[in-house]
Amino acid sequence: MSDVDTGGGDDHGKKGKKRAKKNSTKIDMTPMVDLAFLLLTFFMLTTTFSKPNAMEINMPLKDPTITPPKIAESTVMTIILSDKNKIYYYYGITDPKVEQTNFGPDGIRKVLLKRNKTVIDAVEKIRKEFEPKIEAATEEKDEKAIEKEMKVAMNKVKGDKNSTMVLIKTDDMAKYKNVVDILDEMSICTVGKYALVDITPVEIEMIKNLK
Amino acid sequence: MPKLKMPRSSPSLDMTPMVDLAFLLVTFFMLTTQFRADEPVIVDMPSSIAEIKIPEIDVMTITVDDKGQVFFNIDGKETRAKVLAKMGEKYKVNFTPDEIKRFSIITSFGMPITELKNYLPKKELERKALYDVIQIAGKKGIPYDSLNNQLSDWILQSRYANPKFRIAIKGDGNSPYPTVKKVIEILQKNKVNKFNLITGMETGAAPAAK
Repeated sequence: MSDVDTGGGDDHGKKGKKRAKKNSTKIDMTPMVDLAFLLLTFFMLTTTFSKPNAMEINMPLKDPTITPPKIAESTVMTIILSDKNKIYYYYGITDPKVEQTNFGPDGIRKVLLKRNKTVIDAVEKIRKEFEPKIEAATEEKDEKAIEKEMKVAMNKVKGDKNSTMVLIKTDDMAKYKNVVDILDEMSICTVGKYALVDITPVEIEMIKNLK
Repeated sequence: MPKLKMPRSSPSLDMTPMVDLAFLLVTFFMLTTQFRADEPVIVDMPSSIAEIKIPEIDVMTITVDDKGQVFFNIDGKETRAKVLAKMGEKYKVNFTPDEIKRFSIITSFGMPITELKNYLPKKELERKALYDVIQIAGKKGIPYDSLNNQLSDWILQSRYANPKFRIAIKGDGNSPYPTVKKVIEILQKNKVNKFNLITGMETGAAPAAK
């Protein structure tokens, strides 16, 4: 076994006194710290925390044999997106009065909130009704079940045949951002029924006259 | 006046706690970081209040940039290899095993399949240069018109290879909507009626008011 230098305490005479050089136990940590912070900065800058969100879109089946559901004309609202973030909208189908608005807080959102008030109120009522129940639920399973029930009730109100049906149309100048924004407005204003529809030549003429 | 004598203390201070902290953070970031994949285009996504998260696997991403050029990406090395082999067969482009291997590790791409043959053997930097060349030639982006609908075939073959794919459209806010609409139409032709639009997080109170 090799001799372990205990570094003092033993006196084997003076002849073989090997004294370990006493170095300071402190080492210069500056380079290590530099490196650590360099890496830290690098990782902080390259990391991406927020994963992008996604909207789900369900398009109707393109099948000529399926006849689309009939909707009452009075419930229809048409929104046409155009260039420079302009929005044109009108109610009904026959004899439309086209109005212009924008994506501002006083723009399309106000119009939609006003138009969709009955549905929003009804949905809010359901939420108020179910919230205490969800809070009272002790088990997670129950909570989920009640939440599901709430969603079903809400969807029933949103899908009611008297609720507004929004047809979203775009002309060739519209940007993708506009479409995402309007879809977003749909969920903000709890519009349950909306569809992305092709624009008709008549409508192109109509908005042309307004410009 | 009496001379003010400062107490002499060593200028070196104990850095251990700071180093501990720094390394802790380094470790944290190293473990949580996910490197941004190298995309051939930078896409500025519009924001929304949507809260659905995109799954990490089995995603097919169709990117539309602000010029209306379409890029395509799928995940899974084996799926990619399979899809490329099938596409090569269909368009009579012979890909060597080495090219197929390279294809399985790249990310998003946007060019006609004939150009892909030139693209794959190239090195990282040369690839960027090639994009510039095909940009000038007007060949950037996957063709998706009715005469030469390669995008449709990519979608079809990918779905054959992995039926579990969820399809996400990642569009630039400024991309013209008709292009996105065209992509959606192609998806619908392939009997995909349910897909996601990737958006950024909502930041301001009313970003629509811009």
